[in-house]
Amino acid sequence: MPQHFPPSTNAFVRWAILGGGAFVVALLVALPIFARTMNNAVGVPVAQPIDFAHNLHSAQLGIDCRYCHTTVEVAASANVPASETCMTCHSQVRVGSPQLEALWTSWENDQAVRWNRVHDMPDYVYFNHSAHITNGVGCSTCHGLVDQMDGIWKTEPMTMGWCMECHRAPERFLRPRSEVFNMAYRPPSDQLVLGSELVAAYHIDTDVLIQCSVCHR
Amino acid sequence: MTRRTHRDARWLVAVLALGLLLVGCGRNMAEQPKVGTLQPSPFFADGSGSRPLLEGTVSRERGGIDPVFFTGQDAGGLVTELPIELSYELLLRGQERYDIFCAMCHGYTGEGDGMIVRRGFPQPASFNEPRLLDASVGYYFSAMTNGFGRMYSYASRIPPEDRWAIAAYVKALQLSQNASIDDVPAEVRRALELGDSEGSLPR
Repeated sequence: MPQHFPPSTNAFVRWAILGGGAFVVALLVALPIFARTMNNAVGVPVAQPIDFAHNLHSAQLGIDCRYCHTTVEVAASANVPASETCMTCHSQVRVGSPQLEALWTSWENDQAVRWNRVHDMPDYVYFNHSAHITNGVGCSTCHGLVDQMDGIWKTEPMTMGWCMECHRAPERFLRPRSEVFNMAYRPPSDQLVLGSELVAAYHIDTDVLIQCSVCHR
Repeated sequence: MTRRTHRDARWLVAVLALGLLLVGCGRNMAEQPKVGTLQPSPFFADGSGSRPLLEGTVSRERGGIDPVFFTGQDAGGLVTELPIELSYELLLRGQERYDIFCAMCHGYTGEGDGMIVRRGFPQPASFNEPRLLDASVGYYFSAMTNGFGRMYSYASRIPPEDRWAIAAYVKALQLSQNASIDDVPAEVRRALELGDSEGSLPR
């Protein structure tokens, strides 16, 4: 049988194997370091066309999350309110304020305010707010104390590993449905006992929670 | 060509071939060419990927095409009866939705002294004044659906079944604000005297 490759190819293959191995090792080391140090912009305020203060509207005025985020209980997406919702109060309160310029422009031109997305899931993740809300995952569990924020930023990295912390053991985080929107809720000292009861009460199938197709389709 | 340059050329081809692998890198799985909720789209004139409902669109899921359910009115004007069954669960739902959407201005007791009013919004009438005590359940549904005075319509934010629940709760709230202790059933009164405000209510 004739030789298809000259002897010098041996060196190439040797280096390719070594280099490939080194590349995989470097990747495995670098990716987690990258993920940890970048931390997916956790704690970095996202600039918005209006400096909306959740702490004023939520904590000080006591407006419920659902007054603006009306679809969070029934839809995959927790909507950002339409300008109509802002104008429900601001047609009377702080009329003409330059801080609300983007709102006035939006209202006059019938164009949505272009808010900047804070939590941007990859398109291959099919996250559903209503499924989490109705099964006892509180707003603040994933979004932090938004009611205390004067801007808006992520408090959790929203990586798949982070999702799995709960999907592998939901009893560590679940709270009663009645407490989901309570921003002042603190987990009880016997969280694991309560959580296990809630997993049973809400018929949460923990075997299904860790399957790929729960979030990816 | 010398043997040496042959070898260099082969290395170059190999490196360039490896470089082709980089073509596979990108975020086209994470950012797929589809419009997600609330995403902009240059395809439509208003720049929004979401489309407004056409005029006169009626949900087939919620009460079919019963006009009373959607308008609060029949041939005789605003209805005085709930078009859905009144239950304790409906009132609890109405209370929850009232506290979310209405109490901000109307106050938790309906007096019209909510937080937004204290911050400068014109004060609405108290639900306990004679005109509103006499107003029918359809009147409240209609006010929520079409807006009233300075109050915007809540039709886009509160689905019709919840608007009925709130209307029913407002009527219950009015009863509660004009009730005496004699109106409270005996067994519930005992619980109230013991300081248990919810203990003996049906759950």
